[in-house]
Amino acid sequence: MSAHPPSERRQRLVVVGHGMVGHRFVQAAIERGVTETHDVVVVGDESRPAYDRVGLTTFFEVGADALSLLPTGGYDDPRVRLLLGTEVTAIDTEARTVGFAEGDLDYDALVLATGAAPFVPPIEGRDLDGCFVYRTIEDLEAIRDAAAHEGARVGAVIGGGLLGLEAADALARLGLETHVVEMAPRLMAVQVDDAGGAVLTRHVEQLGLTVHTGARTSAVLGDRGRVTGLALADAEPVAADLVVFSAGIRPRDALARAAGLEVAERGGVLVDEQCRTSDPHVWAIGECAAPAGRMYGLVAPGYAMAEVVADVLVGGSGSFTGADMSTKLKLMGVDVASFGDAFASTEGALELVYADAVTGVYKKLVVSEDGRTLLGGILVGDASAYGVLRPMVASGIALPDNPEDLILPAGRGGGTELGAGLPDEAQVCSCNDVSKGEIVAAVAREDGPCDSAGCVTRCTGAGSTCGSCKPVVKTIVEDWFAAQGRVVDRSLCEHFAMTRQELFDAIAVHGHTSFAAVLAAHGTGRGCDVCKPTVASILASQLNHHVLEAGARVLQDTNDAFLANIQKNGTYSVMPRIAGGEVTPDKLIVLGEVARDFGLYTKITGGQRIDLLGARMEQLPAIWRRLVDAGFESGHAYGKSLRTVKSCVGSTWCRYGVQDSTSLAIMLEERYRGLRSPHKIKGGVSGCARECAEARGKDFGVIATEKGWNLYVGGNGGASPVHARLLAQDLDTATLVRYLDRFLMYYVRTADRLQRTAPWVESLDGGLDRLREVVVDDALGLGEALEAAMAQHVDTYFDEWAATLEDPDKLARFTSFVNAPDVPDPNISFSSTRGQAEPLLHEGPVDLGATIAVGAPR
Amino acid sequence: MTAAPGATTTWTTVCPLARIDVEGGVTALVGGRAVAVFRTHDDAVYALDNVDPFSRASVLARGIVGTRGDVPFVASPMLKQPFDLRTGVCLDDPEVRVASYAVRVVDGVVEVAAPEPGPGG
Repeated sequence: MSAHPPSERRQRLVVVGHGMVGHRFVQAAIERGVTETHDVVVVGDESRPAYDRVGLTTFFEVGADALSLLPTGGYDDPRVRLLLGTEVTAIDTEARTVGFAEGDLDYDALVLATGAAPFVPPIEGRDLDGCFVYRTIEDLEAIRDAAAHEGARVGAVIGGGLLGLEAADALARLGLETHVVEMAPRLMAVQVDDAGGAVLTRHVEQLGLTVHTGARTSAVLGDRGRVTGLALADAEPVAADLVVFSAGIRPRDALARAAGLEVAERGGVLVDEQCRTSDPHVWAIGECAAPAGRMYGLVAPGYAMAEVVADVLVGGSGSFTGADMSTKLKLMGVDVASFGDAFASTEGALELVYADAVTGVYKKLVVSEDGRTLLGGILVGDASAYGVLRPMVASGIALPDNPEDLILPAGRGGGTELGAGLPDEAQVCSCNDVSKGEIVAAVAREDGPCDSAGCVTRCTGAGSTCGSCKPVVKTIVEDWFAAQGRVVDRSLCEHFAMTRQELFDAIAVHGHTSFAAVLAAHGTGRGCDVCKPTVASILASQLNHHVLEAGARVLQDTNDAFLANIQKNGTYSVMPRIAGGEVTPDKLIVLGEVARDFGLYTKITGGQRIDLLGARMEQLPAIWRRLVDAGFESGHAYGKSLRTVKSCVGSTWCRYGVQDSTSLAIMLEERYRGLRSPHKIKGGVSGCARECAEARGKDFGVIATEKGWNLYVGGNGGASPVHARLLAQDLDTATLVRYLDRFLMYYVRTADRLQRTAPWVESLDGGLDRLREVVVDDALGLGEALEAAMAQHVDTYFDEWAATLEDPDKLARFTSFVNAPDVPDPNISFSSTRGQAEPLLHEGPVDLGATIAVGAPR
Repeated sequence: MTAAPGATTTWTTVCPLARIDVEGGVTALVGGRAVAVFRTHDDAVYALDNVDPFSRASVLARGIVGTRGDVPFVASPMLKQPFDLRTGVCLDDPEVRVASYAVRVVDGVVEVAAPEPGPGG
């Protein structure tokens, strides 16, 4: 059918399945150049493109879009075609075709990535209304709808494994009384031992769930076609209005079986080390595949298989010879990790156990008979050592003399750091298969080397998925710099060998109130344009004095120095506060009149305010006199401080709104106005999940729910946009304000200079989880102090502009020439565009004599 | 182009020294030009042309005054380029300099030497 010789004909690669592994395979195929020779057709039976099934539990909070792995809905490479909502009905390996309802499609190579399906045990009543599985977004939507159904009060999950606990967590979050029914004698029987399981059970029970272990479900009970409960062998029945089956998964290998491909004894398409099935043109990857007869129910081995097949298709020699089944996860706020030979099945293996029943921590190390090699372990309640321990298993390096130090809490001999001791081939990031050698290569390369752990994560992917290896990545990077004699210099500038956080603490502890005192006590020289504004900001945060007090004003950065934003020609913009974007017509008219009378260029900002540009410095007091008289106050657009809290009209006007977002936004903006911080802070409040206020693009974002408010933190727009992430949900207003007080004050106290909230949250050891511990759980016991510091700020707030207008000493600085205050600076002049002023720059300094002839400056 | 103050130099009165914040600056009109006058911690005074050559805006007097090593400097409030208060030379780019002017304090009053009239000026 083709005029080209066969070697030049483009081949067709068909991929069946568009889950996480199918998607990864397509990405790998594009990256490795498979699409240079092949047209790729990807067929998925779900209606949406691949999404993060590992993060499925967060669906209720973040929604389907945030989980999507292909948010644009298609691949950029035009040679890849994605068919969604499409069922493959048959495979003919003789004719090399896949069959659809509409017809057949030829293939040259076929990759099966059909995944797995939840296993529903063949018990009576399993088809009753109110029975669910937990695998797809549609499953979760159905569970949510059933839980919202009137009268739904109790949910039961059959299966207490990893997925079962996630499902139980989801039911509990939906407000149901939740039971977990597990046949094995403990929860997570595959990953943890009896002692670890007992600690885990206590954690889960403390959260209000009921755990039934050693309990076999004999039937689902029902009445008139609807679920009423579970019958258990040898125990009382459990009443339930809905039931979720989470009793394991089975490979989806039916297509392969029907096509005559060999399957493993326990299910799964049998494949060799290159993931090739019994037919040489067909491969299988992920949960539907069974390399050497074994099925892998984790995503990391599936990704590894995807890479192998993409490599093989371009003539490579990749192979899959088994995978690390180590697991680390956080379930309902509880760390659980299991790695290597967790059950000490190696001959002669010894166990070292640390258990603290009070705090609910259980840690076990499995070591070789001679105590020199780590074989595996289990961590429950505190898995912080996982990042250090897991690579030790794979690399086989010698344990320290006191291996128990590795699991003892820091301060009791523990807290051993490891990084430099790892061999180059040690796998540091198991999610993305990054070795220590690759991390070192990234910092050592000639061409644009990484200068930080964050950069290494971006460049190599290490730590970008679950994040558990980030501390090790950081240690490796810092060790490498230290070995090169390069100290990662965290000094603020040549005058202070301290970070902003250290300086903040020192100033608070010593109670310094001036730059001179801070410099004398902690610095050298006279200061500069870096440390002076930093100290000024810290003093402003702690004392809330006027930034233009004598002694403080020479410290202020450009914009703070004149309480306005400098523009390219040395004029300023004026931006009064319009809290929540709400403004009366009368005040709007005043803004218009002021702009007209002073000839100011007028523009609406992204923060729902009005910016008046082109004011000469000496005009600022007169402009502000009129604004203050009309009831306006400083908008702090010039400060590293709270800018705006953007809002939608909320339930007051909007037919979709569920809460009064405007009132909350105004309250929050007025609460935090004037708070000096390491960088600007923006907020947003949306009155419903439609999110019209774009709150998740802000440092703090609040989104209304039926039950209250969800609080998101760490978002920003700009050059590197980041979506804010969920910190806490369904809060009442008082709790929301308390958490926000803590969050903002903790940021003000501990962030680096010019570090916005997103990188600050990233920089915390433990990231968002750590922040939640500090803000929500008050793990550091700082809550009261942070709230008190914010209360002090709120109580002492005053309008900087009103105060400036009252003080002749401060006003005296707003002058063009100290010796000719009536002469405007001749260097400033304007042209006109679309009927408004536009700055005009001159080639060099302007002599007054020269300009007057051409046109008087305005 | 530091004007060597000679017998014929015209001195322009700026303001009392006390009017300038320690480690701060003011703008003065000297011979039709905008001149930035700074006072350092030791009460020394310096005068530079007020126009920042990088941004071409008349703003240097509004910059932060500090030291780099032992060099007193002002950081432009626009894009932070540092200029040596004594010479006007940009510390990060010695090819660039702003004019500096002779300055003195007489009976507590700061005076700046007017620039020589330029050709054709």
